[in-house]
Amino acid sequence: MNATALLDRRQVVARLLADRRELLVVSGLGSATYDCAAAGDDPRNFYLWGAMGGTAPLALGLALAQPDKPVLGITGDGDILMGLGALSTIGAQGPANLAIVILDNEMYGETGAQPSATAHGTDLTAIARASRMNAVDEITDMAGVDALAERLHAGGGPLFANIKIAPGEAERVLPPRDGPYLRSRFREAVVGQAP
Amino acid sequence: MTLTQPSALPATDPNDWRDAVYEVFRAHAIRQAVYVPDVGHTRLIERCHADPDMHTVVLTTEEEGVAHLAGAWLGGDRGVMLMQSSGVGNCVNMFSLIAACRLPFVTLITMRGEWGEFNPWQVHMGQATPEVLKLSGLLVQRADHPDEVAEIVESALQTAFDSSQGVAVLLSQRLTGRKDFTGEG
Repeated sequence: MNATALLDRRQVVARLLADRRELLVVSGLGSATYDCAAAGDDPRNFYLWGAMGGTAPLALGLALAQPDKPVLGITGDGDILMGLGALSTIGAQGPANLAIVILDNEMYGETGAQPSATAHGTDLTAIARASRMNAVDEITDMAGVDALAERLHAGGGPLFANIKIAPGEAERVLPPRDGPYLRSRFREAVVGQAP
Repeated sequence: MTLTQPSALPATDPNDWRDAVYEVFRAHAIRQAVYVPDVGHTRLIERCHADPDMHTVVLTTEEEGVAHLAGAWLGGDRGVMLMQSSGVGNCVNMFSLIAACRLPFVTLITMRGEWGEFNPWQVHMGQATPEVLKLSGLLVQRADHPDEVAEIVESALQTAFDSSQGVAVLLSQRLTGRKDFTGEG
């Protein structure tokens, strides 16, 4: 494998969501939200447009409320670094249906590509493992993404996967950003009742 | 997996406001209780932990709890957060999630820094708490007397879940009791 050929974020997310079945998705602000929108809008996507640091704890609350459905919290390295304690909270609760997946480009892409702590050696996989999450080895190729896509539906969580992706911004694909609309359509799709 | 359960849960006392609040949680189908501990919440936290119908989750910071309860509600569960007033400052940007999405949200906040406070480090955030909550878009209610707490909490739950509002109930330091480690109090 060519170690310099870092993964394309859009391809990664498209692959993870290609056969999503019952998967509920929470995406972190910025590029992760655009990546999920680019893979195809769905009422079962809850896109964060702010609330930085909130992806993982929001996904935990959802996973505990919907234990029979797989829940994916997908976000960037900057978002998860803002709230690493959430990994400890998730590890303590141990929900089998929850996966946290990080698209790690080692930078704050939205704000001028400033290097994040992962660029300086912070090992998110090791942190997740030490927080009692079931962390897969860092993913650097599409074979790893393929395997992860299946594991999202297999239980056995709380799962954690750090995916190293290429720097550089993809074209922005903007999903709806009206909060009450996003929450109402999500809840109706998942719980089946209008709030 | 197993979580450590508190031992020796005291018998339910209908005259204890904390037990009355727990009964209100039951009556309003609260399924998730998240918290950063405070002495004033101890008995309520223990009741919640002992309830097999409730996920009771200790957080590393209160900010997590705001997002957690948003996720819980999106999945069909009602939840509450228990914290002390110092935790309110940790939540401020995350409160934008509640406001931006007009989500129901309820928190019970034990107050510090307002009644015989012995620790000067608690005064600033305690005094700022009601205004910070209001500026963050939450409705603020306050309980000062044991016999009014359950009714106020019930009203907060109704307003939050029936009208999709963020509601904070302040449990006054006079109600929860002064803390004094100086030995002079």
